[in-house]
Amino acid sequence: MKDAFGTPQTLLVLGGTSEIGLATARRLVARRTRTVWLAGRPSPALDSAADGLRELGADVRTVPFDALDPSGHEEVLGKVFAEGDIDMVLLAFGVLGDQAHDEARPLAAVRVAQTNYTGAVSSGLICAGALQAQGHGSLVVLSSVAGERARRANFIYGSSKAGLDTFAQGLGDALHGTGVHVMVVRPGFVRSKMTAGLVEAPLATTPDQVAQAIEKGLRRRSETVWVPGVLRVVMSALRHVPRPLFRRLPV
Amino acid sequence: MSAECAPVAPAEHTAPPPPATRSDPDEDLPVPVTGWGRTAPSVALLVRPRTHEEAVAAVHRCGSRGTIARGLGRAYGDAAQNAGGAVLDMTGLDRVRTIDAEGGVVVCDAGVSLHRLMEVLLPLGWFVPVTPGTRYVTVGGAIGADIHGKNHHVSGSFSRHVLSLELLTADGEVRTVVPGTELFDATAGGMGLTGVVLSATIRLHPVETSLMSVDTERATDLDDLMSRLTAAQDRRRYSVAWIDLLARGAATGRAVLTRGEHAPLDALPVRARRRPLDFRPRQLFSPPGFVPEGLLGRASVSLFNEVWYRRAPRARRGQLQSIPAFFHPLDGVPHWNRVYGRSGFVQYQFVVGHGQEEALREVVRRVSRQRCPSFLAVLKRFGEGDPGWLSFPMPGWTLALDVPAGLPGLGTFLDGLDQVVADAGGRVYLAKDSRLRPELLTVMYPGLDRFRALRARLDPRGVFVSDLSRRLSL
Ligand SMILES: Cc1cc2nc3c(=O)[nH]c(=O)nc-3n(C[C@H](O)[C@H](O)[C@H](O)COP(=O)(O)OP(=O)(O)OC[C@H]3O[C@@H](n4cnc5c(N)ncnc54)[C@H](O)[C@@H]3O)c2cc1C
Ligand SMILES: NC(=O)c1ccc[n+]([C@@H]2O[C@H](COP(=O)([O-])OP(=O)(O)OC[C@H]3O[C@@H](n4cnc5c(N)ncnc54)[C@H](OP(=O)(O)O)[C@@H]3O)[C@@H](O)[C@H]2O)c1
Repeated sequence: MKDAFGTPQTLLVLGGTSEIGLATARRLVARRTRTVWLAGRPSPALDSAADGLRELGADVRTVPFDALDPSGHEEVLGKVFAEGDIDMVLLAFGVLGDQAHDEARPLAAVRVAQTNYTGAVSSGLICAGALQAQGHGSLVVLSSVAGERARRANFIYGSSKAGLDTFAQGLGDALHGTGVHVMVVRPGFVRSKMTAGLVEAPLATTPDQVAQAIEKGLRRRSETVWVPGVLRVVMSALRHVPRPLFRRLPV
Repeated sequence: MSAECAPVAPAEHTAPPPPATRSDPDEDLPVPVTGWGRTAPSVALLVRPRTHEEAVAAVHRCGSRGTIARGLGRAYGDAAQNAGGAVLDMTGLDRVRTIDAEGGVVVCDAGVSLHRLMEVLLPLGWFVPVTPGTRYVTVGGAIGADIHGKNHHVSGSFSRHVLSLELLTADGEVRTVVPGTELFDATAGGMGLTGVVLSATIRLHPVETSLMSVDTERATDLDDLMSRLTAAQDRRRYSVAWIDLLARGAATGRAVLTRGEHAPLDALPVRARRRPLDFRPRQLFSPPGFVPEGLLGRASVSLFNEVWYRRAPRARRGQLQSIPAFFHPLDGVPHWNRVYGRSGFVQYQFVVGHGQEEALREVVRRVSRQRCPSFLAVLKRFGEGDPGWLSFPMPGWTLALDVPAGLPGLGTFLDGLDQVVADAGGRVYLAKDSRLRPELLTVMYPGLDRFRALRARLDPRGVFVSDLSRRLSL
């Protein structure tokens, strides 16, 4: 169960090697989390992520999970929930893609969309249903500022996050009053392996700062969290910039 | 964590049904439930039995996520919640069955509130044996948490005055349980986890009037306070101190002590002697449903505490006060728990034994240093421990304080206090808890192993389960 501060005792991370996901898990394990499920594509990285959390004292289990295989989600996730309550699900998988490359190869672009959006729709609904049956729990969804307004430089990724964001908001409304809390997290540029080698955007943050914001959002039962917090203001300004001007902005 | 999570049934769970809206008030519906602190809400089917038979049926009917009894929800944390399962709202079982006006014994349903008992019993010259800081608790909740009052040093906990109770257990049987048995000692303070108390027979305390004769004095700091509480300990039936935890430096732990007795008839002014047993509590306004976060900042709470301390007389004896004014000052403001806003609040209450005064000082120092915006905290000296396996009191000092749950770093801070308390052989109060680290529970409650063993025998399928029991593996 969660405590008075929204800290979970059991955590399921979808995208078990995600740097943001693991930074969050580490923070929560330092507080109350004792059981962590890492769901992801089997790899040495997944195993070492599990070992890392074990060293912090958590009881960690890994499960094979592929966002691109929605037909398998029911079975995989069903097994996790059958083992006991999950207090928090962190939907952390995602791919950035390579915009220039993907524009030329539509099938590669489709993979971005399928991972970030379709995969999240299927696993998100399944987790939401299971949480609802428990009568409690948080579903934390890693969206992105990129979904807030389309940008020339990354609109394939951005549109998949826009879809995910809208989906998660709606799910939050659907689950209102069911004991399940849905929190949409919108980080800006985060220094992780996803962005390695890219030019940093302004207001860049770290996985641990995102984790910190998630912990605070849990405590307040927030529905939307921006990281860093000023992005809320920045983006609401940018949203109103006329398109001809926006196109020329170096954002 | 409990293992009896409902397996995920594919078709049902892929599309969450829209949240239920309450059309027929008689229907059992899933509703969000929290404790008095309004933290960690969870959803359960609220069932309101009106007869013992309906209660038996409800326990039979409950699904794989079990059920738990709930009284008036005055426990601060998650004791009377059961996520995904059923919660038995016991307030529908509200009959006072028999009163022995000669011998001072009442038999009543578990959903009867202490407020109601006072209304019924005071005119007959009887008072409840133990009352907490609010009258709005049920008899079932009083037994479930084995509550204590300002008279603990004289009278012990509530269950010491229970002559027998009817307990509905997991097998659907209704058993008569009397003191001195294992089942009684597991149920007193057992947080509803041994079964549902349906009714109880309670021994009452005789009074001549419904007024209190109250002595008040100020203590300048914590040590002054402790010596005053120790010196005058047994002279008065009721005693408690309110500490200003925001005071710092030399004033750390400054407090106002109040002690009282039920006023004898001849202490009343002549006019009041005509109707000495009148009981007419007044209610004030209640805060609106929505309160902005952070209303209770350090400055405002600090100011409140200051005014309140200055207003108290340095020393006054024999002041006449009403029962609500003396015992239940907060009951005058319905829903006062809303003032803490959306994040809710945490009440931290612990006890440490005599000889562990240093631990108490350490906690007070830390809270005062941390500048927690805590309204008046309550310090009391407990008498002998009580027989309940999970009963909270032990001979020593108990301190209770409220803190807004939204305060950054509060979780870690309170974990630190837990450690001080556990190292001193003390414990925190489960009826107030919403955040204890489960590992500390066995250290704090040596009776826990026996409690778990009895539960395993009595309730092998885990019919009785609460968010508290899941969180702490009770
Ligand atoms: C302002 C305030 C002041 C307080 N002061 C004190 C104090 O001075 N001393 C003190 O000891 N406590 C105090 N409390 C705590 C309160 O007395 C306890 O939490 C009490 O248990 C609340 O009773 P309730 O009827 O509201 O029960 P709930 O809060 O609804 O339930 C509390 C527990 O009792 C169990 N329970 C309820 N009914 C039954 C039943 N019929 N059968 C079996 N189990 C049942 C529940 O399962 C749960 O575990 C205070 C609370 C408030 C809000
Ligand atoms: N980094 C940023 O700047 C930033 C900004 C805003 C939002 N976000 C979002 O935050 C989330 C986490 O990002 P991060 O920074 O932690 O990046 P990361 O370390 O690269 O993590 C991405 C995760 O997604 C997993 N994944 C990718 N495709 C998958 C698939 N088909 N099935 C299962 N798992 C798959 C990866 O697993 P493998 O190990 O199997 O590849 C990895 O665990 C993502 O949703 C991302 O979009 C990131």
